[in-house]
Amino acid sequence: MPKREDIHHILIIGSGPIVIGQACEFDYSGTQACKALREEGYTVSLINSNPATIMTDPATADRTYIEPITPEAVEKIIIKEKPDAILPTLGGQTALNTAMKLVEQGILEKYGVEMIGAKYDAIMRGEERDLFKTAMEEAGIETLKSFEVHDLDEARHVATEKLEFPIIVRPSFTLGGTGGGIAQNMDELMTIAEGGLKASLTTEVLLEESVFGWKEFEMEVMRDKKDNAVIICAIENMDPMGIHTGDSITVAPTQTLTDREYQIMRDASLKVLRVIGVETGGSNVQFCIHPETGRLAIIEMNPRVSRSSALASKATGFPIAKLAAKLAAGYTLDELPNDITRETPACFEPSIDYVVTKLPRFTFEKFPMADNRLGVSMKSVGETMAIGRNFKESLQKAFRSLEIGVDGLDLKAEAKVDEARLDDYLLTTCTERTIAIKMALKKGYSAEKIHKMTYMDPWFIDQILQIVEIEKQLIDAAELDHDLLKYAKKNGFSDDQIGALRGCTGNEIRALRKKFGIIPVYSLVDTCAGEFAASTPYFYSCYAELDETRPTDKQSVIVLGSGPNRIGQGIEFDYSCVHTVKALREMGYEAIMVNSNPETVSTDYDTSDKLYFEPLTFEDVMNIYEAEKPLGMIVQMGGQTPLNLADRLLEAGVPILGTSPKSIAAAEDRELFRQLLDKLKLKQPESATAKTLAEAEAIAERIGFPVMIRPSFVLGGRAMMVAYEEEELEPFVNAAFAASPDHPVLIDRFLEHAIEVDVDLVCDGKDVYVGGVMEHVEEAGIHSGDSACSIPPYTLSDEMVARIKTACTAMALELKVKGLMNAQIAVKDDDFYIIEVNPRASRTVPYVSKATNVPLANIATQIAMGLTLDELGLVGFEPKVEWYAVKEAVFPFNRFAGVDPILGPEMKSTGEVMGIDTNFELAFWKAEIAAGQVLPTEGTVFLSAKDRDKDWIEEIAKEFVESGFSLVATEGTAQALHSAGLEVTLTHKLAEDGKNVIDLMKESGVQLVVNTPSGPVARVDEIKIRSEAILRGLPIVTTESGAKATVKAIRYIKEHDWNVQAIQEYHA
Amino acid sequence: MKKAIIALEDGTCFEGRAFAGSGEFYGELVFNTSMTGYQEILTDPSYHGQIVTMTYPLIGNYGVNEEDVESRGIFAEGLVVSECSRMHSNWRATKSLPDYLAENGKIGIDDVDTRAITLHIRDKGAMKCVVSTEDLDKESLVKKAKASDGLVGRNLATEVTTDATYVWPKDGKPDATYKVAVIDCGIKLNQLRILDELGCECTVYPNTSAAEEILATRPDGIFVSNGPGDPAGAPEVTELVGKLIESKRPMFGICFGHQMLGLALGAETFKLKFGHRGGNQPIQDLRTTKVEIASHNHGFCIDADSVDPAVAEITHLNLNDKTVAGLKHKQQPLFCVQYHPEAAPGPHDPFYLFEEFIDLMKETK
Repeated sequence: MPKREDIHHILIIGSGPIVIGQACEFDYSGTQACKALREEGYTVSLINSNPATIMTDPATADRTYIEPITPEAVEKIIIKEKPDAILPTLGGQTALNTAMKLVEQGILEKYGVEMIGAKYDAIMRGEERDLFKTAMEEAGIETLKSFEVHDLDEARHVATEKLEFPIIVRPSFTLGGTGGGIAQNMDELMTIAEGGLKASLTTEVLLEESVFGWKEFEMEVMRDKKDNAVIICAIENMDPMGIHTGDSITVAPTQTLTDREYQIMRDASLKVLRVIGVETGGSNVQFCIHPETGRLAIIEMNPRVSRSSALASKATGFPIAKLAAKLAAGYTLDELPNDITRETPACFEPSIDYVVTKLPRFTFEKFPMADNRLGVSMKSVGETMAIGRNFKESLQKAFRSLEIGVDGLDLKAEAKVDEARLDDYLLTTCTERTIAIKMALKKGYSAEKIHKMTYMDPWFIDQILQIVEIEKQLIDAAELDHDLLKYAKKNGFSDDQIGALRGCTGNEIRALRKKFGIIPVYSLVDTCAGEFAASTPYFYSCYAELDETRPTDKQSVIVLGSGPNRIGQGIEFDYSCVHTVKALREMGYEAIMVNSNPETVSTDYDTSDKLYFEPLTFEDVMNIYEAEKPLGMIVQMGGQTPLNLADRLLEAGVPILGTSPKSIAAAEDRELFRQLLDKLKLKQPESATAKTLAEAEAIAERIGFPVMIRPSFVLGGRAMMVAYEEEELEPFVNAAFAASPDHPVLIDRFLEHAIEVDVDLVCDGKDVYVGGVMEHVEEAGIHSGDSACSIPPYTLSDEMVARIKTACTAMALELKVKGLMNAQIAVKDDDFYIIEVNPRASRTVPYVSKATNVPLANIATQIAMGLTLDELGLVGFEPKVEWYAVKEAVFPFNRFAGVDPILGPEMKSTGEVMGIDTNFELAFWKAEIAAGQVLPTEGTVFLSAKDRDKDWIEEIAKEFVESGFSLVATEGTAQALHSAGLEVTLTHKLAEDGKNVIDLMKESGVQLVVNTPSGPVARVDEIKIRSEAILRGLPIVTTESGAKATVKAIRYIKEHDWNVQAIQEYHA
Repeated sequence: MKKAIIALEDGTCFEGRAFAGSGEFYGELVFNTSMTGYQEILTDPSYHGQIVTMTYPLIGNYGVNEEDVESRGIFAEGLVVSECSRMHSNWRATKSLPDYLAENGKIGIDDVDTRAITLHIRDKGAMKCVVSTEDLDKESLVKKAKASDGLVGRNLATEVTTDATYVWPKDGKPDATYKVAVIDCGIKLNQLRILDELGCECTVYPNTSAAEEILATRPDGIFVSNGPGDPAGAPEVTELVGKLIESKRPMFGICFGHQMLGLALGAETFKLKFGHRGGNQPIQDLRTTKVEIASHNHGFCIDADSVDPAVAEITHLNLNDKTVAGLKHKQQPLFCVQYHPEAAPGPHDPFYLFEEFIDLMKETK
């Protein structure tokens, strides 16, 4: 069946901002879908609120709507674009949920739009617990027994009559899975269920039979409308049941199942697709298997492309999302070619001849209050994947790809675990468990004992034991000879790791290795285990014999990617890397991409000329350099990851294209940078560097409080704090030293109530093109990644903007930047101060590029390759921006119970959205909605502020009253408002008897919370109030400027309608 | 562990070490792309005369067990893998892979770049080889490989067929709906298990049996099994199958059985460059255009051009290389497939073929 001719225009729904559980894998799938459908001649419209995506690049779709992903916005797009069909299966749960609402609200029917990729009923059967269970029962597939209960009597009844202990208690609708647990007996059940019922918004808990410790598997399945169905990849979780699969270490293919057991699971997966009714596209089915009896039960299925399908695509080379899009358009699998072999059809099951390991990346250091145990709710913010010829190699490569300061499953990793608490690590589902297993094996724990403590399959434990044994051989050997070194390399030991064991440097090991002729070969990821010749150059390294690299005559350039997503370094950098690769290819160079993040567009083998899926370490990158002999490397696009390698690469003789690492160092080095500013007569907040606490105290006294404390060489404002008083200084300074050991700490004057501005520019050494000046909504002191901002500036004068541009131009030229530069500036009254300059791609590059329609990363790449701004026609060019584009940050607070959701100098957001419209108010309002802050137009506002904030709170309160809102406040704030002549209802403090604000929230008596922190160390009750708001999805504002922008936006939207407009229309 | 050398007739050598067994073993070097199922592969008599390279690098992880055997022992001459697991983990496992190989007097080699072997065979074709832990002189080994017999023209099926006729299930099946005569050319037990499951009592005959003897029992259907080697090297078996066809009883053939039926119907076979061995091959049923994923293990194939359309219809095609994967007789209740609907190892998609055989017997009973 060829493609459908009865549809011409397809609307794709994206997944919105990066949040935990929904990251850039949906940019990868969405971008593939757009490409695949346009290739077939369809017109593609797209909605996605996330500006940092390749998907929302104007060239990806025909019509790109960077609008909030809500049924209302989609309806407006449908009215404008009149698509024939809507494709919701490539944009994660966000797209699926939006599409379901569109059906339920009758919108699709009203405008005659067909849902393709999945049908409403099938999605319901896949997602709705009872329907799913019934369907599985009909198919003869076991599900886990579970029962909803609403009180303790019901719980007791279920536990006595229907389930056996242990029983899992899962409260419904809670923040970050709080209140749940495993009950071993009735007493425990009563305690846990009582807590769970309290924590649940709906006073409901689910009692479920425990499969804790069972083996866990995932199957990635595709089906077409002719009922051809294939398994793309089977994944085994090394961490058994009990840890969310997104937080588990997972391995492809399965390692511990016989063919008989695998085929039973395969049959079940295909049956699930058929019973659920997934007609076309990819799905993910999760199973658990009892390790002693082999009993198989299904956990869940996702009737859409998922995070695991991105992993499966990268693990096998089979492009699931691309195929899913083509199947949705009517093709069948046998009609489509296998992209990699080009000769054989896509209707087959990939076979792989290597081992793939995925490790999750966590950022608990950002949320010290959060519970770092893992469970059923996902907590990791990113992931990395590594390919090896054996499991040990793959696991160790994955560890060094994590970029957590380890060189494998090595001694540095062990230093992260407190040996005295080893048993706790083994018994709890914590992030360091794999490391703890290695340490326990070294201490002499038997594999059997560790299996009993962790439930991990003994096969995996033995693999770790082998690493331990090789480590011992490396330590004990009198001489590191050829055979031992080669053996270690084959098992994934890095040069630095071996060096640490042998008491020498990694460079010395590297030299020895080369002397012995032990260099890696590169093998192809080809979907077919070598059975057919592959046309696609997608490589991984291993220490086997046959090298499959493909030297060409073309001049090539290596682009280093940004590794696993983390807070502070995510999709924005992948966006810049993808643009760099595109620019290089347009210029006729061979673009070679190196990255280790399976979620990304940059690791789509279609993006670059050659893809190396490798850890971003000096050793791994250098090996590729020596194999490919490129012109040089571009390191300014992938964030801190490649920059951290720049010095060592330069030292090894690698030409760094674009801005020299020396310029980067000059901007990072506080002293050199101060000299530069002095020379340019630019101001900086008064500052000094301290190497000890005593020095810090002396500096603070001299500068005067409040002071900002920042460690050097960190990402995303790690451990940055503002100290308002002397007592606060010591803990903050110590934290800064801990975050960046051996580096000085910078203390500078904190400018209160200053406006912060970000500038992105491109410099060719002679001229400068200022791409965008962004005015932050939140004042200076809030991390730039966490604050909303606007292009163009919405309060700054033209004159101030011009002065800032001039200053930035001067700095770029002085730093001899050849490429991108970002500057952060604080404007206070009529003065401005340079806070920070980074001569590299910033997080805001994609946002600026979309807001102004000038592709900064592309231009910077051309500059790095020797072109000039003059040649590119950008000298004196001013982009016309006749609209407002507001960026807003999105936070993971709902995953971390007990974490205070306030903003500060340390970045906490995982993603961003953009709102674009003709005025600031509307753009801001759209950005808030897109970020999940649905601003009310009527109802009650709860106000609570510290004394210093009382003045502006009055102003804001007046505006709310004028807009028809009622006010609620606690005593202090209420008094202030009262004396300003405002009508306000008093609510009790949490400690007092009587109705308090949390009770009000429970009764839906509050629609918006304006609550500023009382000081740097928040009171427990404030945190409770803010957490409760987050839990209930209430919009919450914690800053003065945020509150002002919010009330403006609300007043505007009360009186005006809003509409949607494609980015192509703005740019036209 | 002993050092081992794999020497190919074209002069290429690979070095590894023996993780099981020792000595000198001859065979055709082939590769299999299944990621699971090494025990079934080793015990599949179709691998008689072959040394199997597994493309998946980690083998032995789940050990071996009592149930996943496809015949009376290991038939492959040797097994070549990248890394044999030193321990195994699975609730059904009863033994380790190295012990299993050693007890069966076979050799297992690891620490070899199996992808290098695979790509070599893919480019140059499956070829004769010798694996040795005794003679480590490459030149001498290459000579030995060249001088070895090879598969072409040899009747290997008769080397592995049963010595005596037997009934499956062992104690007979009094309530059987159908009686099936099975011509054993190197049968995989799962074919018998499935026929049993579907209500058949099977009498398994050596492939040297006389047609008259078989037909005298008036079977409801005749099944010709898989088996090793060159189909053109077994004219006696083709002749037997030809005579059985004349009975017009329902017939079903798998793999070597498919080739026997094809040859008996006047078609010709040829040797594939490196064969199809794996569990992921796409087969299209030309009658419905639906694709099934199937288990494959064959080095020879029926030439599509040699099939007389008046006699037989090509029903299935391998989509990877468009070779013939299934035939159906134009007039008689007879069909056969090149691949393995009994799976073991591999997907169960083509299970329906056994049901079609049952239907044929039902119609003609």
